[in-house]
Amino acid sequence: MRNEWLKPAVFLLCLSPLMVLGWQLYAGLLGANPIDEVADSTGAWTLRFLLITLLATPLRRYFGWGWAIRMRRMLGLYAFFYATLHLLTYLWLDQFFDWGEIWLDVLDRPFITVGMLAFVLLLPLAATSNRYMVRRLGRGWKRLHRLAYVIPALGVLHFWWLVKADVLEPLVYGVLLAALLASRIQAGRRRRAGSAVREGCIS
Amino acid sequence: MLIKTPTDLSESDVTPYEIYRQRRRFLQSGLAIAGAAIGGSLLSRDASARLELDRVKPGPYSADEEKTSYEDITSYNNFYEFGVDKSDPARHAHKLVTDPWSVTVTGEVEKPATCTLEDILRPHALEERIYRLRCVEGWSMVIPWVGFPLADLIKRFQPTSKAKYVEFETLYDKKQMPGQRRRVLDWPYREGLRMDEAMHPLTLVAVGLYGKELPNQNGAPLRLVVPWKYGFKSIKSIVKIRFRETQPTSSWTRAAPREYGFYSNVNPNVSHPRWSQKRERRIGEFLKRKTLMFNGYGEQVASLYTGMDLKKYF
Ligand code: HEM
Repeated sequence: MRNEWLKPAVFLLCLSPLMVLGWQLYAGLLGANPIDEVADSTGAWTLRFLLITLLATPLRRYFGWGWAIRMRRMLGLYAFFYATLHLLTYLWLDQFFDWGEIWLDVLDRPFITVGMLAFVLLLPLAATSNRYMVRRLGRGWKRLHRLAYVIPALGVLHFWWLVKADVLEPLVYGVLLAALLASRIQAGRRRRAGSAVREGCIS
Repeated sequence: MLIKTPTDLSESDVTPYEIYRQRRRFLQSGLAIAGAAIGGSLLSRDASARLELDRVKPGPYSADEEKTSYEDITSYNNFYEFGVDKSDPARHAHKLVTDPWSVTVTGEVEKPATCTLEDILRPHALEERIYRLRCVEGWSMVIPWVGFPLADLIKRFQPTSKAKYVEFETLYDKKQMPGQRRRVLDWPYREGLRMDEAMHPLTLVAVGLYGKELPNQNGAPLRLVVPWKYGFKSIKSIVKIRFRETQPTSSWTRAAPREYGFYSNVNPNVSHPRWSQKRERRIGEFLKRKTLMFNGYGEQVASLYTGMDLKKYF
């Protein structure tokens, strides 16, 4: 059974944070410092989408929800979309395209350095997300897309270094990421153990 | 010119203490009745219900700049005692009880004392001072404070020759300040000034803003305002003043010594690991503006720091 409506529905759902943010901005609901709110919101949604993307595989593995895998590329691209908005907010509304100042920021401010690194690493993933590149890169594609584990880790570090005193929020994201990665390590172990058993049978 | 020249205060221009006191009581009983009638804490959060401070005289050093709106000043606050979000203080500060309130003055003084708020306020003439406020996070406001010079308060307790620094403490009470349930900072919040900074005529004890009693989220019932330093130096809801021979450690310095120094003077040339301090966004404005040395109060305060390396003593 293929749910034709599922993809457009998820597409719209993923767009809704931006719509809500746009509405809040337009209606003046973002408080005294709306630009900061936009920066924070787009940053938070980038990190959330990076984690949601990593949820697809465990959903299939543990619940048999194959449709989750079919959404994975779109979710990953949404992470990239929100990251781009986040970066643009910074470049435009924070720095007003003062490239000298931006460069200094990347060099001097560890949280910016790490955020920028995360964004740069997202670029090849977004560029190779289409079917053509998947086929063309073969095994290399899989290896390249392991960056999807590294990027959210950099995102958590970026967030951690950015908060002044209260690390609770980045900690929560860090724990969620750790759980998502742990589920893969566990699955990998089981696979290896499984194949060892099979080999034992053959011999 | 940004700075207006000082004006004299005459006796009749001050808010007489008894009127202040009566109104404080009246307001509270009124609130209690209204609160009981409505059955909620709705009214205590209503900023417009706050006491109007009468006959506040314009004070010296006021900035001739567009004031930040009352709404923004009272809804966008860093007051971690009520939560770390900027909107938390306005949401939770109604839990703070500011009457009765007492302040303990100890340490290197001839006349240590525990004073009620009324004792503290009684002799002082209230004046309005429109000051720029620069937050270390890179935003700023222009706030019409109501208060009186800290120097006038300090003199009453007669600091001894050993008093080189003043340390202040915020209330520590998890019931009234729910943000203190988590150890985000080493509570109670502490701040300090060198004696000459504390005695400087710019340094204010604020009890109101926009001609009204301070809203709780802005540090009621009394707070410090040190306009040439980053906002976190201007400690809120003060319950303790201690005169010391040695330099106190501020809460933020304790939390991150490489980021927040004791002096924390606004300085566009000393960058912070998280924020370049060269520019700031004035709340309500789109474009950023250049941050001024000592937040534009260099003419008044630069001489306090002659010969000091402000990159070292940041
Ligand atoms: C994959 C990449 C990135 C992720 C996952 C990410 C995530 C985040 C998160 C979670 C926040 C905090 C949100 C909050 O406080 O609720 C944030 C804030 C911020 N990020 Fe990023 N970020 C990324 C890339 C970048 C880049 C490339 C830059 C700029 C060069 C940047 C600059 C900032 C700034 C300046 C803030 C603070 C906004 C403010 O509070 O004013 N980030 N980011």
